[in-house]
Amino acid sequence: MNEASLDIISIRNHFPILHQQVNGHPLVYFDNAATTQKPIEVIDALGDYYKLHNANIHRGAHALADRSTGFFEDTRKSVQQFINAKEAAECIFTKGVTESINLVAQTYGKAFLKPGDEVLISYMEHHSNIVPWQMICNEIGAQLKVIPIHENGELDMEAFYKLLSVQTKIVACVWASNALGTINPVKEIIDAAHKVGAIVLLDGAQAGSHLPIDVQQLDVDFLTLSGHKLYGPTGVGVLYGKRKLLDKMPPYQGGGEMIKEVSFESTTYNEIPFKFEAGTPNIGDVIAFKYALEFVSRIGKEAIIQWESKLLNHFNAGINEFGSNRIKLFGTAKEKVAVQSFLIEGKHPFDTGLLLDAKGIAVRTGHHCTQPLMNFFGIEGTVRASFAVYNTMEEVDVLLESLKKMLNRK
Amino acid sequence: MTSTEIQNEIIEDFSLFEEDMESKLFYLMDLGKKLPEMPLEHKTEEFIVKGCQSKVWLYPFKQDGKLFFEADSNTEITKGLVSLLVKILSGKTPSEIVETDLYFIEKIGMNHMIGSQRSNGFASMIKQMKMYAFALTQK
Repeated sequence: MNEASLDIISIRNHFPILHQQVNGHPLVYFDNAATTQKPIEVIDALGDYYKLHNANIHRGAHALADRSTGFFEDTRKSVQQFINAKEAAECIFTKGVTESINLVAQTYGKAFLKPGDEVLISYMEHHSNIVPWQMICNEIGAQLKVIPIHENGELDMEAFYKLLSVQTKIVACVWASNALGTINPVKEIIDAAHKVGAIVLLDGAQAGSHLPIDVQQLDVDFLTLSGHKLYGPTGVGVLYGKRKLLDKMPPYQGGGEMIKEVSFESTTYNEIPFKFEAGTPNIGDVIAFKYALEFVSRIGKEAIIQWESKLLNHFNAGINEFGSNRIKLFGTAKEKVAVQSFLIEGKHPFDTGLLLDAKGIAVRTGHHCTQPLMNFFGIEGTVRASFAVYNTMEEVDVLLESLKKMLNRK
Repeated sequence: MTSTEIQNEIIEDFSLFEEDMESKLFYLMDLGKKLPEMPLEHKTEEFIVKGCQSKVWLYPFKQDGKLFFEADSNTEITKGLVSLLVKILSGKTPSEIVETDLYFIEKIGMNHMIGSQRSNGFASMIKQMKMYAFALTQK
């Protein structure tokens, strides 16, 4: 499907939540970088699971367990296809990106980092791609180094190459920034990191719903995805890892499912992916997640990013037209996903957010879990509008009109 | 004016906007702008209200047996909120302040207007003002 044939109205009809009034106005949902809404297919699949199929998976000697196991593993295959992994076993289900990153830091990091080694992250990381590395670096005595950024929100690649050395063991970098929208040159980063023998983890929380993903072409070592930011349920995340790395990593948590044999003296661990999926997983949500992936694949990432870019450009053009001297945009990189942070001169982001909410417009305000990035810009936070495939030009106009009204009031 | 009269006036003012949330917020912001400027030397750490997401300062001072408040905030809507409290409570005796039932909050649909996080912050402001007053009644 190409962009020209994208029928946004029929796409919207898959999202029951969008058809409601908030504070007396039609809901305009522009908080998609925080979480996207869920298509009816996902909601139905979740309901159906509990109505018709609920059973604990793997090893059950009955029809429901067999069925649930099949559905659960079907999602794993869908994830494999969605990111073009070599095998489904390389796709591990987690609670979300935060858990995926912690898993790598606490297993790969703990096993292979040594004192004096360096972990490289960027200035625009979400706290979930900072704190886990800080924790493991402190524990091991490794160094956390930070790639600076330019004023427009692009990575300073010159600085990146200067920071990269044989001491660098892990590069953990966000693919698309949640606060700025910047799409980082991840292929270049991966290739450069591999040359010095470092492995690369990509935080794909925002990339998941916007960008085509091919882990084999990228040659990325670890990729993390968030289900709920990808039209799927909350509580589902993915950790993709290359088999050769996952195989040699110690387990993350001990418990059921992750074992081969247990005695009181010793335990042998299960194969991947099960080695990293201790305990009963989030079966229902994982099963429903498949329908989110199918929803995205059916529309196609190319069409999605084209439409979302149109929305973003329309918004930015509107700001330039009436507010460029009073509204400051944060994140003006050339390559961006449809996320725009901004501040109205003299107006606290909380106030802007509340005034927009009064018109039924949902945006996010605050530091977006990127406090170091906010410090870089010398601000406490921003107002962030983030667009999804079901948003319309008319909705962008509603936002622009509300902002215009705020400006005119002073 | 008694605190009851002031509260009734606030309720009446807000009722003019009916369900128009945006106008209510704009009105709140305008009320905030009318707050007398707070001297910089009173805007210290000691007088910041704990438990607010935005910064709010409340400076109490006693005069002729009555308790007065200066207030400010770094966000316009919050400044409007605290200005309502100042309008109702400032210049009353400490025991009046402690005993005042702030029924206007529910009547104007405050919680719906500002959301739960700010409502908690608003409650912290009230608590702080009543604590200052309560301390004086114990002397």
